[in-house]
Amino acid sequence: MATAIQPPEISKPEPPADRQHSGGAGFGNFVPSGGPLRALEDSSHEATRTGIWVGLAAITMSFAAFTSALLVRQTTGTDWHHLTVPPIVFANTIVLLASSVTLEIARRRVAAYARNQGVDRLVPLRWLAATLALGILFVAGQYAAWTKLRAEGLYLASNPNSSFFYVLTAVHALHVLGGLGGLLRVFAKLRSPILTLRRSTMDATSYYWHFMGILWLYVLFVMWIKL
Amino acid sequence: MSDASVSAVQHHAPPSSFIRKHVFSLDHKVIGKQYYALALLAVVMGMVLSWLMRIHLVWPNAPIPGLQLLSKTGAPGGVMTPEYYLSLLTMHGTLMVFFVLTNAPFAAFGNYFLPIQIGAEDMAFPRFNMMSFWMTFVAFCILVAAFFVPDGPPISGWTAYATLSAVGSDAGPGEGMGQTLWALAIFVFCIASLLGSLNFIATTLDLRTKGMTLARMPICTWAWFITSCIALLAFAVLLPACLLLTLDRVAGTSFFIPGGLVISDHLQPHSGGSPLLWQHLFWFFGHPEVYIAILPAMGIVSHILINSMRRPLLSHKVIIYCMMGIGFLSYMVWGHHMFVSGMNPFSSLVFSFPTLVITIPATIMTLIWLGSLYGSKLRITAASLFALGFLSMFVSGGVSGFFLAQPSIDIYLHATYFVVGHFHMVMGVAAIFGIFAGTYFWFPKMTGHMMNESLGKLHFWLTFIGTYCIFMPFHYLGLAGNVRRYSAFVDDFLVPLIPVHRFITFAALFTGAAQLIFLYNLIHSRFRGAPAPPNPWECTSLEWTMPSPPPFDNFGGKHVVVYHDPYQYGVKSATGDYLMQDSPEQA
Amino acid sequence: MGKLFAVIVIVIALASAIPIITHHWFWSDISFAPPEDISTHGHAIDEQLSDTMIEAGLSFLAAQILLGLFVWKFADRKPDAEIKTFPGGARVMVIAALVLVGTEILALGVLGQKAWANVYFRPAAPDALQVQAQAGQFAFYFRYAGADGKFGTPHPDKIDEGNSNFFGLDPANDVDSRDDIVTGELAIPVDREVHLMMHSKDVGHSFYVRELRIQQDFVPGLDLSVHFTATKVGKYEIVCTQLCGLGHYNMKAYLNVLSQADFDSWMKQKASEQ
Repeated sequence: MATAIQPPEISKPEPPADRQHSGGAGFGNFVPSGGPLRALEDSSHEATRTGIWVGLAAITMSFAAFTSALLVRQTTGTDWHHLTVPPIVFANTIVLLASSVTLEIARRRVAAYARNQGVDRLVPLRWLAATLALGILFVAGQYAAWTKLRAEGLYLASNPNSSFFYVLTAVHALHVLGGLGGLLRVFAKLRSPILTLRRSTMDATSYYWHFMGILWLYVLFVMWIKL
Repeated sequence: MSDASVSAVQHHAPPSSFIRKHVFSLDHKVIGKQYYALALLAVVMGMVLSWLMRIHLVWPNAPIPGLQLLSKTGAPGGVMTPEYYLSLLTMHGTLMVFFVLTNAPFAAFGNYFLPIQIGAEDMAFPRFNMMSFWMTFVAFCILVAAFFVPDGPPISGWTAYATLSAVGSDAGPGEGMGQTLWALAIFVFCIASLLGSLNFIATTLDLRTKGMTLARMPICTWAWFITSCIALLAFAVLLPACLLLTLDRVAGTSFFIPGGLVISDHLQPHSGGSPLLWQHLFWFFGHPEVYIAILPAMGIVSHILINSMRRPLLSHKVIIYCMMGIGFLSYMVWGHHMFVSGMNPFSSLVFSFPTLVITIPATIMTLIWLGSLYGSKLRITAASLFALGFLSMFVSGGVSGFFLAQPSIDIYLHATYFVVGHFHMVMGVAAIFGIFAGTYFWFPKMTGHMMNESLGKLHFWLTFIGTYCIFMPFHYLGLAGNVRRYSAFVDDFLVPLIPVHRFITFAALFTGAAQLIFLYNLIHSRFRGAPAPPNPWECTSLEWTMPSPPPFDNFGGKHVVVYHDPYQYGVKSATGDYLMQDSPEQA
Repeated sequence: MGKLFAVIVIVIALASAIPIITHHWFWSDISFAPPEDISTHGHAIDEQLSDTMIEAGLSFLAAQILLGLFVWKFADRKPDAEIKTFPGGARVMVIAALVLVGTEILALGVLGQKAWANVYFRPAAPDALQVQAQAGQFAFYFRYAGADGKFGTPHPDKIDEGNSNFFGLDPANDVDSRDDIVTGELAIPVDREVHLMMHSKDVGHSFYVRELRIQQDFVPGLDLSVHFTATKVGKYEIVCTQLCGLGHYNMKAYLNVLSQADFDSWMKQKASEQ
């Protein structure tokens, strides 16, 4: 015998306290007026947002280190060749950017669903699935690019250009896989009968994913002009 | 029933199983203790390695009983080979810098006390926190595994300069699997550290309780926060460096290895790489790393001194700005490790300037500490003695840095024992004193038992005098030009200095033995120490508002409200001459 | 116990200063003084060193003594004692630090530039004696150009230590290398500038001669050099200071500073030994 799930009491949220503190007690949360979200006091949702920015800062720093390694390496040896970036890489770029678009659409659909604005659960799920698929397609496309290079006889250690190509694209792809993991988690939370997906989780995962796109554009740019 | 009453302040339910309580715990306090235990294990190992090194230096041909059990090839018949000396040297440095000095003052105490001191019930990301510790432990295991591979641990020092570290086993014993394991261990350590820093930063920014403005955070909290910002960017650079090093070693790339090298009669199949690139990447991490090692100690010592002096420092804000200044400047000075490295000599002058300038915030802090002692009511305890000892050691170690910051003087002093004396004074003693001070201070809170004060004071005296006897002479040896990282002293100008080395070795063994007092005190007090009251030191910060040890959710589900800055001492209040931060009473 | 701390910290500080002032290990005859400077550029470095020692030494003593004094006076006071603030408070400390350290930095930093520039920003004299140095695990080898004044081309793949071909020379095909003189010791004439071109065979090494006040790393893949003039005849040790492997502690050579006449006969003799 199922327990009837009562709609949550609609309590007016406290006006945000004077910002002597942040988070902690979570009294400034927005409690929706309806829909499947439980009116939980979420004390850590802002931390997730801070956390993702901090994480992105670290990733940026790592790629800055790779960039400076590339710049230095170019000047120290006489073996800097020219590497033709396999054309499929540009298709992969479109795919990754498209996945950011589908993710943004998904994000807005999730918000609409959570606010019970007449959006069926399947809609955001489909857009999320599209994002996931595009993400996987991107990684597969990168793998195809590596295969193409191998076919040309360019392996990891063939010359410094190919070394950096493999390292930069592989490390980026690894981070993309991590992002896919995050998206899967959001997907799973969205699928469960009671929505346990926090807005901050959705946001953080999105920021990470969009950053993967921006980072990719940067990597592509560096490779295009330097390799 | 209103769901709003469900206290979501509880991130997780209380753990029930042994595994969840003590092994894979999400509780920042347990994780802090785990980091401390790991650091303790690492420091004992690192210290034993240093004894072996010191013994070998003055008695190079004497067999060390049992050493052949650790390595048959490294110490046949117990007599250490030159390469094994270098292996022990490498492992000593790596264990101490990473697993002791980054772990204990920062990860251990920071994890335990940062959330409490800001009024939070745990870190922002408890699962990341648990992962962070266990990854550190995995890194430790990978590193220690290097002892057991056939060729032994790497011989390139904790700095692992290319090409020695990059070409593989041609370069010497230990440069095979041992070096690869080292790179892998550090790689994992970097990721663990990044996760830890992430937690510290997010927690400090977002989980402060009501009334806990940034300005009201205790100095040690600030120190942990600033350290985590430094660590985030520094370890993010070491990570790619280790990856590239590993690729050079196993995948045949040439990031760090130029062409035309003949090693062990083999022409190396690499070309075009730059050994200086490794140095730049490594020291870009390495210099902030040493400030990661000292800043938490500065914070802990400040906190303890204020409590012991019964008055705040001359200026809370200035100390914090100085720590920020040091953190910021720490990213601009890495080239001072490379003055004679073949880097553009103009760069050397450029790096020298911020290196000298970083003396300014360090001096301001020292003068403020000293000036705050004036007119105070200093209580002498084991903790405050180590805090005072820190001041003495920080001055000693800092002063020698002034020599090394000047490239012209560095021409003579680079790679001598002067450098070894300098960094041991600041890291190997001052930072360690910060850890000791923190231990004596916070042990009652963490375990519910008091440590034995008399033994603590005895430990202090023996260690204070002992470490001066060990590391002061290093500076004299350096002025004589005594080169470092030598496994034996055979050169004409070095032989006459051996009696000084003998004195140092005896001092090292004696001081090492004195640490047994600390170990005994630690273990005995844990089980048999006198029960600790909630606030034995009459301290004002939030950790002292709770029972010793604290309950699993710190504040028992309450929302703490903070009314005061962290150092209300020298006031007349109901509790005495101090006011707790969460006390509504006004002075 | 506060007074005990004060006494001990001051005793330690004073005791630490003794070997600095006397240049000796307390009452033994073990000397810590840098050896006599036999270079033309070294006096600037020595001056820099002693200036810094005075400033650092005084700062060290002042800080430790202040620490001791304050702990002596203010530890274990009576519970009703009054808390006083250092006159001027934090502002005085900030200003003192800025002024003291600032002037030190300006003085030492600016003056130190000259000492550094003397070594690194002055190019070698065009008539300096050209010598090549090669560092490899675990020995230094030196090469002189010989009578033709030209260095032959080194080939890494031709290095054959068993046959003493340390530089990988190819006399059969390379005319310039036929009269190159390869030695294990660095002999130079006194009072003549030497331009030492440095090459590493395998890993990082370093060239350190204390008496010359010279230290410079050998970096694989980089063509580095130092130049110096020795002013006193004698034999001095060249030791490796960059960790290079198991033989690092034993890697050394001798710098043999000779009169011009002795140097010429040394060269003749070495040429005949090739």
